[in-house]
Amino acid sequence: MNAVDIHSGDDLRDLYRELILDHARSPRHFGKLDDATHTAEGINPLCGDKLRLFVRLDADEKIAAASFEGSGCAISVASASLLTDMIIGLTVTQALDSFAIVTGRLTGSDTDRELDAAIDLGKIKALDGVREFPSRVKCATLAWHALNSAIHGQSTPISTE
Amino acid sequence: MTQLKKSDVRLDTECRPDFPALHQDISSHPLVYLDNAASAQQPSTVIDAVAYYQRHDHANVHRGVHTLSYRATEAYEGARDKIQSFINAAKRSEIVLTSGTTESINLVAQSFCRPRLAAGDKILITHLEHHSNIVPWQLLCEQTGAELVVAPINKSGELRTEAFDQLLTDDVRIVAIAHVSNALGTINPVKDIIAKAKSRNIAVLLDGAQSVPHMPVDVQDLGCDFYAFSAHKMFGPTGVGVLFGREAVLDAMPPYQGGGDMILEVSFDGTTYNDLPYKFEAGTPNISGVVGLGAAVDYLRSVGMTRIAQHEQQLLEYMTRRLEGIDGMRLIGTATEKASVQSFLVDDIHPHDLGTILDHQGVAIRTGHHCAMPVMDFYGVAGTARASLALYNNIEDVDRLIEAIAKARHIFG
Repeated sequence: MNAVDIHSGDDLRDLYRELILDHARSPRHFGKLDDATHTAEGINPLCGDKLRLFVRLDADEKIAAASFEGSGCAISVASASLLTDMIIGLTVTQALDSFAIVTGRLTGSDTDRELDAAIDLGKIKALDGVREFPSRVKCATLAWHALNSAIHGQSTPISTE
Repeated sequence: MTQLKKSDVRLDTECRPDFPALHQDISSHPLVYLDNAASAQQPSTVIDAVAYYQRHDHANVHRGVHTLSYRATEAYEGARDKIQSFINAAKRSEIVLTSGTTESINLVAQSFCRPRLAAGDKILITHLEHHSNIVPWQLLCEQTGAELVVAPINKSGELRTEAFDQLLTDDVRIVAIAHVSNALGTINPVKDIIAKAKSRNIAVLLDGAQSVPHMPVDVQDLGCDFYAFSAHKMFGPTGVGVLFGREAVLDAMPPYQGGGDMILEVSFDGTTYNDLPYKFEAGTPNISGVVGLGAAVDYLRSVGMTRIAQHEQQLLEYMTRRLEGIDGMRLIGTATEKASVQSFLVDDIHPHDLGTILDHQGVAIRTGHHCAMPVMDFYGVAGTARASLALYNNIEDVDRLIEAIAKARHIFG
């Protein structure tokens, strides 16, 4: 332990929780999904955050697989990693609901929304600390907007800047 | 802690009180402002000059016979005189007031270059340019069929002069180069470059956005044709800048934009243009911004550019040494001749995460690609963190930066 006072930065610890750092260091479902049925790119050109999200829908319109590739800050990478963890197994409708719920939580605009029982916010709550850092909300929401864009079949890259 | 010698120039003690924005807390910590290469803070004299003008003297310039118009014109033209003297231009008519460095460069591209370029002609820039000294030339190439040629840099971030010399061929129509790199801090060997270009009768534009606030600049001594810079990086307001152009060159150029103020006589049969520099100042200018720029010039001259350069060089040396002492530190931009800018990366912490953690400790730095994406590509990084110093920064600021980086490493460790 060095001499740094970590207690003066509780907001920081809230932003950079262990779970976030873990997903940033070792992102889950990282890489291209060769048999993806839907894909979209999220780019924040000022930040330099850039990722591509892949989703494979099965015949029942359920998300059978999801992955992402790209590079960005810890918040954007962890958010994308948590997203892929969360949406696999959801229906398209549930995934779109998740997009609305999570982006609502992150922007602080929609936190009371009723949850579909199949949607487990669980780990996503680890991103809540970002609300105290307005300049970083765009990092946390990038992958989620890419998900929305992919499901709607939009081919142009989205940005949250 | 390493201290500077007592005999060293310490401008911060005399200058800090002049800058009100520096005296505030950010996240319960006293602000440490190290984002001067993006935009510098303003001294009270600049803020007050702008406010005084707005409260007492505002009217349109060069038009009315009434008192306020006269005062506004005096203030506006007075600032031009100050700028002329500050950069030692031979004539006041060589000082064109623009909205900033970006407009100044676009003006040269469109008004000086475009009429005289043909397909196959070349424009020579370098790999370390800011986007504002890249994109205007790309637009010009699309318009004319000219070719943009980029001189390479080495790993330290220095221009490879032997390669530059080979690229400086007779079909080059203009050399456009940063005096100081905003991302790397490199001071380019501009006098040599100008001498080589001039020996072949090639025009030279210097992007002085990062040099004018930090070192003495004498455009006659340099011998360049154009010199562009912005007020807000030299402690003045945003939205105003300067294009110095040699009179003979400006005279031969067509106007950049048409409108009021740039004409002598207008009829539907034709229009005669105003004299220099008004030919290039169409429309009502940013009068209060120019007044603020004039006050910023007064401020810089009162402190002294040589002293400013000395202060910043000493502080840069100290900052570099302290940064180098951090495990996992990668300095980006290590040229021998440098201005007070340092880009860096620590461990594998993304610059934005570092920027947030530093901000949370009151330390303001820039993170990202610094509008120099080709430089980032050259080093194989998406972006960097960048600390840039000004006359009001001090050793304590650097120490706070180092402590804040240690905390980031602790969080990510």
